[in-house]
Amino acid sequence: MLSQHLAVLQVVVPLICAPLCALLPLAKPGNKLGNNLAWLLATLVSLTTFIIALLLTKEVSLHGVISYQLGGWAPPWGIEYRIDHLSVYVLLIVSAIASITMLAARKSVEQEIAHEKISLFYSAFLLCLTGLLGIVATGDAFNIFVFLEISSLSSYALIALGNNRKALTASYQYLIMGTIGATFILIGVGLLYMLTGTLNIVDLQARVPELLSSRTLHAAFAFFTVGISLKLALLPLHLWLPNAYAYAPSMITVFLSATATKVSLYVLFRFFFGLFSNEITFEEFQLDKILLPLSILAILIASSVAIFQDNIKRMLAYSSVAQIGYMTLGISLATKSGSIAGMLHLFNHALIKGGLFLAMACIVLRTGSVQLKNFAGLGKRMPWTMAAILLLGLGLIGVPSTAGFISKWYLLIAALEQNNWLAAAVIVGGSLLAIIYIWKIVEYAYLKSPTRQSDKYFNERIEAPLQMLIPLWLLVAANFYFGLKTSFSYGFAETAINNLFL
Amino acid sequence: MSKKRSLILREVCNLIVPAVLLYAFYVQFHGDYGPGGGFQAGVIFAAAVILYALVYGREKTQQIFPASVVRYFISIGLLLYASVGVASLFMGGNYLDYNVLSHNPIHGQHLGIFLIELGVGITVAAVMIMIFYMLDEYASR
Repeated sequence: MLSQHLAVLQVVVPLICAPLCALLPLAKPGNKLGNNLAWLLATLVSLTTFIIALLLTKEVSLHGVISYQLGGWAPPWGIEYRIDHLSVYVLLIVSAIASITMLAARKSVEQEIAHEKISLFYSAFLLCLTGLLGIVATGDAFNIFVFLEISSLSSYALIALGNNRKALTASYQYLIMGTIGATFILIGVGLLYMLTGTLNIVDLQARVPELLSSRTLHAAFAFFTVGISLKLALLPLHLWLPNAYAYAPSMITVFLSATATKVSLYVLFRFFFGLFSNEITFEEFQLDKILLPLSILAILIASSVAIFQDNIKRMLAYSSVAQIGYMTLGISLATKSGSIAGMLHLFNHALIKGGLFLAMACIVLRTGSVQLKNFAGLGKRMPWTMAAILLLGLGLIGVPSTAGFISKWYLLIAALEQNNWLAAAVIVGGSLLAIIYIWKIVEYAYLKSPTRQSDKYFNERIEAPLQMLIPLWLLVAANFYFGLKTSFSYGFAETAINNLFL
Repeated sequence: MSKKRSLILREVCNLIVPAVLLYAFYVQFHGDYGPGGGFQAGVIFAAAVILYALVYGREKTQQIFPASVVRYFISIGLLLYASVGVASLFMGGNYLDYNVLSHNPIHGQHLGIFLIELGVGITVAAVMIMIFYMLDEYASR
């Protein structure tokens, strides 16, 4: 009975369980049982969304697009949930990362979050998941804005829960910039609604081509571009990201780094190719002309800045800005193969960065800090965690047989197809810069011995608990699996982009 | 906050608060037919409670609306909203399809929007009151 409602259940299950989670410790606020129950509920819900995403994947690959009418109102008037190859691809990543995060979360959250706030923490996490899944599932432009706000508001709260007091300013900074971004997207949606009288994305795409001479449409496109770029943290608009990722609770950094910007990239694909079309975006508005230089700058500048960071979480956050540059670089090549490579990098980078931040969570749990000098000797003290960082770092650099290699390889091919040697050089150069900052971690962890003063138990093994190591190594395994076998990750991205492009 | 406010302030408050509460319920339940709805009603309801708290103090207000109860109503409103949608799933319709909630679609639509708006009203009022409590607690620390 419920099988035909999968599209909406994907969003409704976490939506219903978020308030349940907040109600849980009804007996005694802040009791340990209540907190563990909240964790269990959040984990089960995340796994359920992952299973639903898998079922949707099967359904979409067998029967094509799923359209679900919310409230029984037919599409151009009512809200439609529309699941196609592109949505399923992103739904899978978001729900898989949520599951991994939650499986590993219990100990880290217990350590970092005040005990009376833990059930509220999981509740906010589920709301954030609801928002991210909703953005991807819906086929209605205004609904995208609503879910964007749900996910953003809950992530501001989650980031502000970080231990360091700087988390508050980081969250505030993100709040201001994120709200400006969301408002710009809303203005864009409003202008389009004024022009066409519809909010349904499929309907909008049919109506937009006749309106190309309208200045309102140009303004809407500009608002979308700036709004999404803010949410995406494209280079000149990335200022909120490094602090937000560096000071958020460890598990929230794992989740947001692998999902939030990825979903924003999905919105970019959906608006520029699904609502407008690739012809309009590239030929009429010439988005590639502005996206290409910005992407190149993002890769070069953010990678260089990453090298000089002493806080490793902040280093990886800057590396995320650079990796977002790779994804938009793919799009800015204005070809199918470029966009496919961008999609593919979205998928692979989510696995790699999620894994690296999860390893950081292990280190925070055991040593309490991610300053570079703290890494001295960790290769012996936390061998499994450090090995995972090393392997995922290879993925980030793009060594053959890792997932990172696959997406950079396709990016390189896409750039060379266009005879764009500059882009090709930047892709390779960015990887070289990645080697430098990954090497810094490796050098400290394996080649430096811990100083006696820094830690009196400097010789003891302090390996992270299995509950965190297993999810971490699942991501490491996925990094190699998708580096060797690309039939799903590449094949699905290819179909998604082929269906999206005219 | 134990300091007693002036007589005039208290008497005017006694006059206004019941009227504002009544108006909140009007806006809530007349939202089907006229301007209004759960969000506005929730804010108006919370405004009445906050006015009372400003005059009589937070402790006295919390004897009527304890913070622990208000906190649960935040979740209960949202749950009400979401479970109406789930109820229509189980009664054979799509999510939030009010037509199937009652034997006839018109009644179903009325019932559906009534419950949804009630859920919105509860959550909004509870959130507004809770924000006031927390700010007040922080200010008096």
